[in-house]
Amino acid sequence: MNDKRHLEVSAIKNGTVIDHIPSESLFKVISILALDKVESQITFGNNLESKRMGSKAIIKIANVFFRNDDINRIALVAPEAKLNIIRDYAVVDKMIVEVPEQISGIARCVNPKCITNNENIVTRFTVVKKDSVSLKCHYCERITDQEHMDII
Amino acid sequence: MKNRSLVSINDYSKEEYLKILELAAEFEENPNQDLLKGAVVASLFFEPSTRTRLSFETAISRLGGRVVGFTDSSSSSVTKGETLKDTIKMVSNYTDLIVMRHPLEGSAKYASEISSVPIINAGDGANQHPTQTLLDLYSIQKTQNSLEDINLFLVGDLKYGRTVHSLLMAMSKFRTTFNFVSPQELQMPTEYKIYLDNLGLKYFEHRDFENIIPHADIVYMTRVQKERFSDPIEYEKTKNAYILNAEMLEGTRDNMRILHPLPRVNEISIDVDEHEKAYYFTQARNGVFTRQAIISSVLGLK
Repeated sequence: MNDKRHLEVSAIKNGTVIDHIPSESLFKVISILALDKVESQITFGNNLESKRMGSKAIIKIANVFFRNDDINRIALVAPEAKLNIIRDYAVVDKMIVEVPEQISGIARCVNPKCITNNENIVTRFTVVKKDSVSLKCHYCERITDQEHMDII
Repeated sequence: MKNRSLVSINDYSKEEYLKILELAAEFEENPNQDLLKGAVVASLFFEPSTRTRLSFETAISRLGGRVVGFTDSSSSSVTKGETLKDTIKMVSNYTDLIVMRHPLEGSAKYASEISSVPIINAGDGANQHPTQTLLDLYSIQKTQNSLEDINLFLVGDLKYGRTVHSLLMAMSKFRTTFNFVSPQELQMPTEYKIYLDNLGLKYFEHRDFENIIPHADIVYMTRVQKERFSDPIEYEKTKNAYILNAEMLEGTRDNMRILHPLPRVNEISIDVDEHEKAYYFTQARNGVFTRQAIISSVLGLK
């Protein structure tokens, strides 16, 4: 990794860095992880140059650590995200995002006649395709594909 | 199956289908049995339906049970804006079982998650209608003496037809050969063909309805609806191409039977009705016995 990254990482003593977020997904990630409710220091950057992705975003959150099932919730919008866990200014662990088998909340069902779009019900999906993520609604059984995916 | 809601045709295994069909045959022999004596069943039809509703209500009545409910959401507090959740929670406090038809997809699944009594899905929008499929299976089994090795012809609207999709899923558990007859625009969706490919089941597609049914065991007719065509001219060209008339029945197998989920518009001409191979009215009658079987099974009474 390059110097720029080391300088950014060393800025937090303890916490998590989420890297390789697609630029267009930054605010969705913040919303999904409820980072707007976090009280400790957060820094983020957007439209940063990335060899791998072209353009990316990074979020650094002090004193917050995530469990796998929390972080997998961003899989729909940031499937390639990488996390660095920081303790005492050093990277002590890494995490990757994995598309889960089931997703609750987060996305809307594409079917306007689905009960979830007509009453106050938390959506539930089974993931049917992992590479270009497609979601099968637990209630109406219709498939919502990437093209029609709407994050709540 | 006891206390388990029936929401989708996929809720039951092949063995469970066969058990229901066995029970349905018993009820056909002996339809009036007081298994539901003392029980109250809710019949919640949020959108109107004559056949399914009367079929269920007859099934419940012949089992000695009583029915409460509504036939149309305009005669319920849905008009006051009451949610499905509240309606189901309330009714499940009154009755032993709920049979429901609702225009929104996924409604029966949701109801089954919040209800304290079992739910039987009598149709949720364009999604599932499992009791129709079970009565279709019963009809096929009765007329063919088996569910294996059937040459099944599905005709008409194979793209939007809820009953044909469901019947395909159910019959795919047996050694069925499928024949799809439809206009180009209404052909069987790819996902179902892939499903059959993965199971190693054969299917054939036809655009023409002439001269292809001699080898059929079952001809399952569905209506080709004008609203389903993006091009009205295309509809006009094809609307008469998928009509079954008496002349077409010449040369068909003796065991062949014509099924239709009903209501029938013009896709089966009335000159077929008196033919011995016309089975669609008996098929509807089979609905009562099949629903008796489903209700008894869900409540653990048989």
